[in-house]
Amino acid sequence: MRSPWAMRHELLLDFVMTIDPAAKAADTFPKLLLEHARMHSGRTSVREKDLGIWQSWSWSEVGANVRALACGLAAMGFKRGDHLAIVGDNRPQLYWAMTAAQALGGIPVPLYQDAVAQEMAYILKDADVRFAVVEDQEQVDKLLEIKEQLARLEKIIYEDPRGLRHYTQPFLHAYSEVQRTGKQLDACEPGFFRQEVDLGEPDEIAIMLYTSGTTGRPKGVCQTHAALIAAARGACEFDRLGPGDEILSYLPMAWVGDNLFSYAEALVGGFTINCPESGDTVMTDMREIGPTFYFAPPRVFENLLTQVTIRMEDASRAKRALFRYFLDVARRCGADVLDRKPHVSLSERFLYALGDLLIYGPLRNMLGMSRVRAAYTAGAAIGPDLFRFYRSIGVNLKQLYGSTETCAYVCLQPDRQIKLDTVGLPAPGVHVKIADNGEVLVRSPAMLKEYHRRPDATAEVFDDKGYLRTGDAGFFDADGHLKIIDRAKDVGRLASGAVFAPNYIENKLKFYPYIKEAVAFGHGRGMVCAFINIDLGAVGSWAERRNLAYAGYSDLAGKSQVYELIQRCVEQVNAELAADPMVADSQVQRFAILHKELDPDDDELTRTRKVRRGFIADKYADLVAALYGGKGSQRMQTAVKFEDGRSGIVEAEVQIRDAATHASQRKSA
Amino acid sequence: MSATASARRLGDVLLRLQGISLSFGGVKALDDVSFDVRHHEIRAIIGPNGAGKSSLLNVINGVYRPSQGVVTYKGAARRQMRPHEAATQGIARTFQNIALFKGMSVLDNIMTGRTLKMHAGFLFQCLYFGKARREELEHRERVEHIIDFLQIEHIRKTPVGRLAYGLQKRVELARALAAEPELLLLDEPMAGMNVEEKEDMCRFILDVNDEFGTTIVLIEHDMGVVMDLSDRVVVLDYGRKIGDGSPDEVRGNQAVIDAYLGVRH
Repeated sequence: MRSPWAMRHELLLDFVMTIDPAAKAADTFPKLLLEHARMHSGRTSVREKDLGIWQSWSWSEVGANVRALACGLAAMGFKRGDHLAIVGDNRPQLYWAMTAAQALGGIPVPLYQDAVAQEMAYILKDADVRFAVVEDQEQVDKLLEIKEQLARLEKIIYEDPRGLRHYTQPFLHAYSEVQRTGKQLDACEPGFFRQEVDLGEPDEIAIMLYTSGTTGRPKGVCQTHAALIAAARGACEFDRLGPGDEILSYLPMAWVGDNLFSYAEALVGGFTINCPESGDTVMTDMREIGPTFYFAPPRVFENLLTQVTIRMEDASRAKRALFRYFLDVARRCGADVLDRKPHVSLSERFLYALGDLLIYGPLRNMLGMSRVRAAYTAGAAIGPDLFRFYRSIGVNLKQLYGSTETCAYVCLQPDRQIKLDTVGLPAPGVHVKIADNGEVLVRSPAMLKEYHRRPDATAEVFDDKGYLRTGDAGFFDADGHLKIIDRAKDVGRLASGAVFAPNYIENKLKFYPYIKEAVAFGHGRGMVCAFINIDLGAVGSWAERRNLAYAGYSDLAGKSQVYELIQRCVEQVNAELAADPMVADSQVQRFAILHKELDPDDDELTRTRKVRRGFIADKYADLVAALYGGKGSQRMQTAVKFEDGRSGIVEAEVQIRDAATHASQRKSA
Repeated sequence: MSATASARRLGDVLLRLQGISLSFGGVKALDDVSFDVRHHEIRAIIGPNGAGKSSLLNVINGVYRPSQGVVTYKGAARRQMRPHEAATQGIARTFQNIALFKGMSVLDNIMTGRTLKMHAGFLFQCLYFGKARREELEHRERVEHIIDFLQIEHIRKTPVGRLAYGLQKRVELARALAAEPELLLLDEPMAGMNVEEKEDMCRFILDVNDEFGTTIVLIEHDMGVVMDLSDRVVVLDYGRKIGDGSPDEVRGNQAVIDAYLGVRH
């Protein structure tokens, strides 16, 4: 068998054949755009669903739009080195604003569009933002609310003028108005734009992305053109992405994943990005577009599977039987068929082909994944069963590993070398090594230049040999695949000295469609206890089928029938944990179903929906004490923030249950 | 919000009711009610249950024939506005109890709001040919603008019967807007909604008034909403008008306070 290195070399050669020659010389994003606009002006660059129809823009139209906007920004006083905040859903106009800022030597700073005003204030202040391009009235209102605190913010440019007619503030400008001014300037000084673009150097900062702030305040990660382009080239080459490929851009623009896939790779590979109509229509829009490349965090795959499961439970008996039968077939041989393993028997192959015709094909179509060549997931660990499900129905789902600091480009799983519990081989050009304490260290061309105004953090993140500390704990397996267990700092020990990896347990729990979030405690304690958030959709539909009436989340979460349902899930997880000697001591002995949903607005989750374990432990200290104190229930009063910014109190008597544990197989053996 | 409302410039009188009385048998539903509605205004009608608010809307759009009084709309005075006249003259409404086609999709429901604006013959419509095709595309585009405006893209193809109450209300507003009305009558647009849905609806009503310049007459029980939204308020009690004026004037009116809070007899 050939070594993975030889295969990677082969891929590299393939890549040289497929990638656009035009894209190779350009070393900044604006230059890349100009090359595409010149070389294949008529090809579709971006689509957006508007008024129920997919509207498209060709590369040359995008070029003209960016040019007009950049000139307009310059006319309003935007200078090299200025920061441009970008807030809104994925809209072509907002992506153009990124290129326009870069064309002028400025630095775009995308923000999470659902952040509340005060969270934005911190970032806008930290980044010294002078100009902001926002989507609509909602975002304008948020910025106006905090304008007083932001002495440096000079201009707000909005894309959708609806509802803004009576806003008279002189610093508010319509996107189209800025473009109009830009065209006038461009007509007077036709050389200006090109000259500004040519001034751009690859080692200048291309974008500033803020870390999600799982620990403390968000930090601005400065990535250069060179770093992002290196990551995008490597990734495009790895999966042979190029013109003709389609992706759906629906993840927050402030997230490094969207920046790499929808922006950097689209400009490097020259493929088409598609912006959905709204956040609520992503499912339908995805079916209509049929992307060839798909990226989603595990929770999206989880939600999709939950929806499929719910809908199948409502299907007729015959359909359910057919579904179950063929999913069994897929579970046995689906992943092997996808990996083109030779040992699958002829009868299994026949059954799988039949299943593909009857179940998997239509299911992939429903999910909008009929044309997907490569689907990736990252951002959090994915449950092995969830991962296996997608691969078994023929979706080439793979894992990658990366972070904001590394342009989301460290490890990738090559086709046909998929392992459920690893994140793949180091990507082309990336060196990975494991520190003595188990931390994963990375050196690559796609690393951050610095943290914005945080030399202390920058110094801390690099070791003396120039390797970046990822903060994740992991190790290489026998085939050279990297395996991540948890955040290095989260891995703790039980009082008995056994390893306690909370993420690992939580992910196992969250694989059950009824469980939306879980928080495990155990570091320095005698046993593991957990908080559970039920999935309102899945448990709600389960309750409806049993004629169990409920009034909202809190009520449903407190029902004893629901507790029994969740208890069964917890006990199954315990059985799985018992099977692995490493984690057998981490079985969940007591649990409580929280009376409210964990929410980023209450700071319990990050904007990327990772649980903030420490914060939750403090906030629900009474409940944690009750779990470990052996109490049967605990009265809880919890403050919540509603979406409109007001706050209230949720009060409930939270029940606590014991779960059965299993003897470790090591001990019984 | 009230600041923006008062800052708007109101036009001439669009609709004037003079001495309207309406009785059902011995019951006097309306007794000598007079008021006017000006162009571009948001005019609220409030009053306790059974005060005659919905009857008044029904008089305006011609469902009921008043026993006395004159309705002057766009300068033309008449005893009764006939419903089809009202519709062609640019009056659209929503209902207290939602009146949509439950089995049809949101899109189709809104399209029905365009019926009066379709001119192609029956045969052409059946064949989807020539003028009928052009018309359909034009109407669809208008409808899509409204869908975008009210942010209901995600339920475009969903049958109305499967939607939550708040969304159905929004679809009904969309259908009324599809007729491109000059005068929009809203019968309790926020009844049964939660706080968030109410806020959304308020924003939509203000936006409709603002973007399309539509004059709006609305019946509402939520006083906070009424005070925020409306330019002027009419107060009815037992079929009689007991107050008329700006929200602040009405709030200070003793007769209104008595009607709402009750008086010691």
